Amino acid sequence: MTDKESPQVEGTTREPDSLEQHFPGILTPDEREGFDGYLVAPDKLTEFATRLRDEFGYDYLSSVTGVDYLPDEVMEVVYHAYRIEGGPALVFKTQVPRADPVVPSLVGVWPGADFQEREAWDLLGIRFTGHPNLRRILMWEGFEGHPLRKDWHEAYFEEDAKPFANRWPEGDVYRIEDKIPFGKNVQYPSEFTPEGWIPEGDEGLYAGLGQISNDGDGSSLKTDQLVVNLGPQHPSTHGVFRMVVTLDGETVTDLKPVMGYLHRNHEKIGERNTYIMNMPYTDRLDYLSSMSNNFGYALAVEKLMDIQPPERAEYIRVIMAELTRIVSHLWAIGFLLNDLGAFFTPALYAINERELILDVFEAVSGSRMMCNYFRFGGLARDLPPGTLQTIRELIFERLPRRVDELDIYLTENEIVRSRCIGVGVLSPEKAVAFSAAGPVLRASGIPYDVRRAEPYGIYDRFDFEVAVRYGGDVYDRYLVRLQEIRESIRIVQQAVDDIPEGEIQTGKPIFQVRVPAGEAYGRVENPKGELGFYVVSNGKPNPWRYHIRAPSFINLTALAEMCKGHKVADVVAILGSIDIILGEVDR
Amino acid sequence: MYGVGLVKGMGVTIKHFVNTYVDDLRWFGRRYYNPEAFAVRQSPQAQGIFTVQYPEEKLIMPEEFRYIPFLIYDELEDGTRQDRCTSCGICAKVCPPQCIWIVRSDDPETGRPIPEPSEFFIDIDICMNCGLCSEYCPFEAIRMDHDYEISTYDRFSENIYNKEKLDKPASFYAAVRPLNYAIDEAAIAEKVAKKAAKEAARKQRQAEKDRKTDE
Ligand code: SF4
Ligand code: SF4
Repeated sequence: MTDKESPQVEGTTREPDSLEQHFPGILTPDEREGFDGYLVAPDKLTEFATRLRDEFGYDYLSSVTGVDYLPDEVMEVVYHAYRIEGGPALVFKTQVPRADPVVPSLVGVWPGADFQEREAWDLLGIRFTGHPNLRRILMWEGFEGHPLRKDWHEAYFEEDAKPFANRWPEGDVYRIEDKIPFGKNVQYPSEFTPEGWIPEGDEGLYAGLGQISNDGDGSSLKTDQLVVNLGPQHPSTHGVFRMVVTLDGETVTDLKPVMGYLHRNHEKIGERNTYIMNMPYTDRLDYLSSMSNNFGYALAVEKLMDIQPPERAEYIRVIMAELTRIVSHLWAIGFLLNDLGAFFTPALYAINERELILDVFEAVSGSRMMCNYFRFGGLARDLPPGTLQTIRELIFERLPRRVDELDIYLTENEIVRSRCIGVGVLSPEKAVAFSAAGPVLRASGIPYDVRRAEPYGIYDRFDFEVAVRYGGDVYDRYLVRLQEIRESIRIVQQAVDDIPEGEIQTGKPIFQVRVPAGEAYGRVENPKGELGFYVVSNGKPNPWRYHIRAPSFINLTALAEMCKGHKVADVVAILGSIDIILGEVDR
Repeated sequence: MYGVGLVKGMGVTIKHFVNTYVDDLRWFGRRYYNPEAFAVRQSPQAQGIFTVQYPEEKLIMPEEFRYIPFLIYDELEDGTRQDRCTSCGICAKVCPPQCIWIVRSDDPETGRPIPEPSEFFIDIDICMNCGLCSEYCPFEAIRMDHDYEISTYDRFSENIYNKEKLDKPASFYAAVRPLNYAIDEAAIAEKVAKKAAKEAARKQRQAEKDRKTDE
């Protein structure tokens, strides 16, 4: 990044310890037990953030979220900022009264805050002043209330925390549909009639789109602007996802993603669950990568509990996480080709290999996709007999050959090249600013990989390259994924050679773990990008806050940027190259 | 040269196409409906098309495969069933979607709880097949079944499984999950031995005490 060479570069070498002296009166350390980072007064937030980025080099905003501290009547916004060269997070927070939570928006400083602030507004009702387009993002316009608030209850509400009292010892069985029949299972604002409702949110949506007027100056045709809705039901959107595009002829002039069709308030469910109950729910985020979702969540809770898994478990974790990366990237490549119009032949060649890895997952965890295999301080069970041999056969013999075959099949293909090269370009500066992560970031020339930047588990022991390409286009994202498959194969090869015998769980498995009060942010390099779990414990059996930094969701922030100026058919390819999973986008 | 990439790619497709027929020849046309060929077709040695001819062919379930839980009872020598479940409630407490309902039974005379559930329900529409109930049951009483063909015409009347539907003999468990069954048997034997040792120690202490008072 060129702007790093400016005189302010010295700032980047300063340690955060000196931060307080640098921001006198602005910054106070967060001294709550188990908490970290700094508290910033809301009116100083923009100034602080700008200087943090420009003078201290924290140019990558990973996560923004809110926490509802209902007993204290406080609403808190938590920011995790990183340096793109690597290193630990700088955590800072700002607190505002819960009754009127207003915080200045940081979209101007880190554009990647855009969707995340909208999410915090939608789910927690925190207003971000100065946000360019502060609309709901996951719920529908017209929805009443902010569902992540601790005092908000849904129609199916039973109790604030699991386990529910009526399950045992007097198991009073019922079906929730019998108690709350269809039609009564939604809440509307008073005076709301579903039939007479005009979706005002969509007006805001359409008004937010850039307008063009092209009256034709003699040399060009006079054209009208056309608004097209791609999706929500569209085979190219990889799920229920909608893109509103304005077209000038066939050229995209603006694009707005609309999501939330698969929203189930995963985070609210997570805050009612006990800690262990969340493990199988994380499987359902990015449902192609359940093993590495488990990994991120286990890391966050292990940080809070201050425990470490045994050696053998660490190795198995890495093997599973890397096999997951192979699975997910194979899928992404296969479906990118689908989006380009090569209907299902390449996808099936990729899925063929994926199935064999899923066989391994099934043998190990009991399920092909919903693995639920990690536990705090270890794993659910050891590898069954013969599995390591199967992994060896795959990883030393079959997969390397098959990846080469895929390479021959697609990389030089002239149609693939002409559809992908130079399409959907994201510059390195923009990629960082938009908080893009994973292959999207690395294809834009930023070699940022959490496994290297801030190694977790035992990743510091393995020899692998961080795949990076410099074109920032669809083609480079494809190539980054292809190379990452090869690197993952390398990592698994090393891991299966070095894996020791021994225990797979620290301490006895217990169903209700004691988690000391505090906060933790566990992040892993998921196939789609950086997956983060922000967990706040108040010492009770259920997490007080459980937030997910979903890479698919945040990568979409840059979608409009990538699509502008391209043809409508390219939008489909660009979306495919970001590789989103709606289970994670909508949560 | 323009087009070389395309031609190479076509080569891969042709290879895939031919491979299936080569594999057919290898099995003398008995590539399908043949357990031996099927096992190879589902392994890392597989060549060619890998479709499973369901329902004539079915995937071989690995032992750990989990679907809906079942409850285990032991068949005593006199022919009666003895539930392993003590209605301790741990599975109902750990179940993430809270789809287990247990009714504990009380002794009709003393009113004290006795270790046996009088009813046990699992709403299998809600069950997420996570296996946590079986993982944390301290009495080896609830385990995960392999049967995935459970669709019905009417989910409203059939999908809340009661104890009768969930109960399976230990021999069934031994058949579907032999390795786990062996581990559980060892654990149970250990518990029994421990209990016996404790009992013996208690008896001995009692005897010594009696001896002392006699003296
Ligand atoms: S945990 Fe086991 S013993 Fe306890 S109630 Fe559940 S099935 Fe019965
Ligand atoms: S498998 Fe999971 S969801 Fe199903 S009953 Fe057991 S604990 Fe509940």
